[in-house]
Amino acid sequence: MTVNTLKRIDLIFHEDCECRQVLEKTFSKSNDDIINDVLESGLKGRGGAGFPTGLKWKFTAEQPADERFVICNADEGEPGTFKDREILFKVPSKVFSGMAVCAKVIGAKKGYIYLRGEYRYLLPELQKALDTFHRDIKDLIDFEIFIQMGSGAYICGEESALFESMEGKRGEPRNKPPYPTVAGFKNKPTVINNVETLVYAFMICKHGPLRFKEMGTSDSRGSKVFSVSGDTPIAGIYELELGMSLEHFVEEFGDGDTKAVQVGGAAGFCVPRKKFKETIIGFEGVPTGGSMKVFNSSRSMYNVLHNYLEFFEEESCGQCTPCRVGCQQLMKGVEAVKKGEKKAVYLEQLLKLSDTMKMASKCGLGQSVANSFSSIVNNFREEMIY
Amino acid sequence: MAKNISLKINGVDVKVEEGKTILDAARNINVHIPTLCYHEDLCVAGNCRVCVVEVTGARALVASCAMPVSDGMDIHTNSLKVRSARKNIIELLLSEHNADCTQCYKNKSCELQDLASEYKNTGEPMFIDLVPLKNYTIDNFSPSIIKDDSKCIRCQRCVRTCEELQHVSALGVAYKGDKMKISTFFENSMYDVVCTNCGQCINRCPTGSLIERNYVDEVWDAIYKDNKHVVVQTAPATRVALGEDLGLEAGHVVTGKMVAALKRIGFDSVLDTDFSADLTIMEEGTELLTRLKKALVDKDPTVKLPMATSCSPGWIKFIEHTFPEYLDNLSTCKSPQQMFGALAKTYYAKKRNIDPENIVSVSIMPCTAKKFEADRPEMRSSGHKDVDYVLTTRELAIMIKQAGLDFDALPEENYDSIMGESTGAAVIFGATGGVMEAALRTAYEIVTGREVPFENLNITPVRGMNGIKEVTVKIEGTVPEWSFLEGAELKTVTAHGLTNAKYVMEKVKSGEADYHFIEIMACPGGCIGGGGQPIPTNMEIRKKRTEAIYLEDAGKPIRKSHENPEVVAIYKEFLGEPLSHKSHELLHTHYKERKRY
Repeated sequence: MTVNTLKRIDLIFHEDCECRQVLEKTFSKSNDDIINDVLESGLKGRGGAGFPTGLKWKFTAEQPADERFVICNADEGEPGTFKDREILFKVPSKVFSGMAVCAKVIGAKKGYIYLRGEYRYLLPELQKALDTFHRDIKDLIDFEIFIQMGSGAYICGEESALFESMEGKRGEPRNKPPYPTVAGFKNKPTVINNVETLVYAFMICKHGPLRFKEMGTSDSRGSKVFSVSGDTPIAGIYELELGMSLEHFVEEFGDGDTKAVQVGGAAGFCVPRKKFKETIIGFEGVPTGGSMKVFNSSRSMYNVLHNYLEFFEEESCGQCTPCRVGCQQLMKGVEAVKKGEKKAVYLEQLLKLSDTMKMASKCGLGQSVANSFSSIVNNFREEMIY
Repeated sequence: MAKNISLKINGVDVKVEEGKTILDAARNINVHIPTLCYHEDLCVAGNCRVCVVEVTGARALVASCAMPVSDGMDIHTNSLKVRSARKNIIELLLSEHNADCTQCYKNKSCELQDLASEYKNTGEPMFIDLVPLKNYTIDNFSPSIIKDDSKCIRCQRCVRTCEELQHVSALGVAYKGDKMKISTFFENSMYDVVCTNCGQCINRCPTGSLIERNYVDEVWDAIYKDNKHVVVQTAPATRVALGEDLGLEAGHVVTGKMVAALKRIGFDSVLDTDFSADLTIMEEGTELLTRLKKALVDKDPTVKLPMATSCSPGWIKFIEHTFPEYLDNLSTCKSPQQMFGALAKTYYAKKRNIDPENIVSVSIMPCTAKKFEADRPEMRSSGHKDVDYVLTTRELAIMIKQAGLDFDALPEENYDSIMGESTGAAVIFGATGGVMEAALRTAYEIVTGREVPFENLNITPVRGMNGIKEVTVKIEGTVPEWSFLEGAELKTVTAHGLTNAKYVMEKVKSGEADYHFIEIMACPGGCIGGGGQPIPTNMEIRKKRTEAIYLEDAGKPIRKSHENPEVVAIYKEFLGEPLSHKSHELLHTHYKERKRY
């Protein structure tokens, strides 16, 4: 038997952090040195897309502008993801500190936390922690953080839709380019990072890039916080080293009857049992923003897919054709096949459609519907038909 | 000088300026990429996705309308991936669209239909018909605009038009996902919201989702009735655009052929709104001079300056909603259409000895707001509905086609009399700056006894497509009666498009500007770009129509309103003088505040 590659890490939630001390130490370095540390660590965005964080900071810092912003994306809306909530609840000052480091590097005077509408109950404690943080660091840096509430639309987690929402407009993704590093919030250069990314950036400042780089694989450095749910006896939040195989993950978290794991939420991929061994969790394999949903053999994968499609049909912003109409057609299409109103071969038509959505949708939402759709339909075809 | 970017489109080397899009580059070399949400007049949306193309090395296809070119791009506009995605997207749009084409007002003039035809979407539809699953509604409460959600493809051209060009934002996006739709405040009818009925959304709607309420059948019915005397008036801007709907290039002046067509259709009298445009100048010009006199000589604090034109019904509804505190600054003159209507059932009826009860008054307008205007309670001063039916230029084209006329082969004929005489000053009402120019030609002459000091009477600074044109005219050498204006500088501003109108009004409101006279036309370019004009519209087409208008002006033997012999006659025989009691009764009105919500 192979050694289980799964390693629990305790970097984020562990130990009280003397944020001020770490910030003092960090601020004594030059901006270039800080960016180089983050680059050197290999940290990639933890929201799912995996863009190198150091590069994002570098591009924003280099963009000529009279004003720049740092925004913490706390619109944690991916089904099955609940780790940012835990981070904001347990170690908010690390999030603020990560934002402060970024602010110094890019020259931002204002930062915003865009908080998921459903997390409103976190607001009083979060604001209290923020007030304390502002008091603690006001002599260190001219930087203020504001918390802005979202209103519950999934699409507002997409960075450019988030900017629109923050500007008081309808939350619809923008055309890219320009990217946020050039024209983000209020069309100013903006760093927008996931909650977890900012905390890791801060941890890198505290421990140095090597401590982070030692972990994980060449494509997926470091550790990551996972939200484990579904048919598992130990659902919860776990910080694990990246690069583990799904087989080892299931050994640890499964209930012994695991049929499939949905990696990365509704926008992610469904991996069937036969592919557990070969599947690496990380950017070289199947990436995830943190959601790991375990399904055992009692589950109907048709129902799982239908549930995702219902979600997408409602949460598409509706502006672009492939996503708005495509989601409706995928859902009506699998229903029709299941009911026998359409022949099984119609699934091929739908797979082509999902490919069009991946290729031609305006933003990541429409582009990623195909992930769950094709992975479920291809791997559990008989369940779609009978 | 912008940097040049080198790229390849379908293997052909192209050089374009930095900042241009892939779509621009493709058009430069005559490569056709289909579009739906794209419109030259509007900001880029990139949401229909039919213009996607493949850029070698890119992870996904890109929307060519939204993607800026960069050096070394290798673009394919018709690759396997592109074709497959494009066909899928067209089918998706069709699955959500009530494709009852033969029953559609826009049949054969629909961009979605064209695209479906281009891609031969025939036979069994690729996807499930979603139309029966949606609670689509038709909003037909407005006398001007009908909105049919079942035809909507959510391209948001209308939303962008209403917001960017007009700053009205009567239309917006509501809901998300499968329920996303184009709607109004609280989903009220277009009739009950801030909509100005300008119809610019209709001009840019690619499908039959936004159309004018058409009165073609009602007008035919009136023509067929023996006991009815049907008079028709034609607005200045119709004669430079009608040809576009009948197979001619933009910029043709078709006045004579239009008159011939109307006569063959069977109108009893074919008359000209130009006549009442000249009358408007007499009334409005006198009103302006009177206001100036009251303000400068009598020091009357109740006089409202600046005075604003009142010809454009879209502008009237806009000011009622948005700047009601400035309603008294509007000229009390009715629009030329409504002046004509009031006179058709009084002066004309009397002269021709016809019972006004039996007169049906029809107008051909470049405008959809005119339909709403004709329905206003203020517009019944003849004792009847002054204008019974308003047809757009497009609707006239429909009638001409239905009548089986070969438009281009028609001879040029003259308007009937009375109320058919026109001047160059009246014709230019159709372009932005035209009312201003016509008013100045007359007012300057009244005050100084001399013609305006511009070569050939062409007051070029008020012409053209600049959104806001500020022009100051110095008055010198006045006749004794108007000597109080000696040396005065008449400050004027001309704006077109309600976004520019709003900007001007905000300047007035803040005290930043001290204009005397404001000309505002609700539509881009003035009436030549009106919401009732042939589709499509863009800057190039509007410029061609404008050139045609000024060509018509230059060729007129009479180019000043006060010299229109029929205008001189009506004052002599019927009205007395400008601003007389009779004028006030028939030709002037007041408007009331409307709530924004």
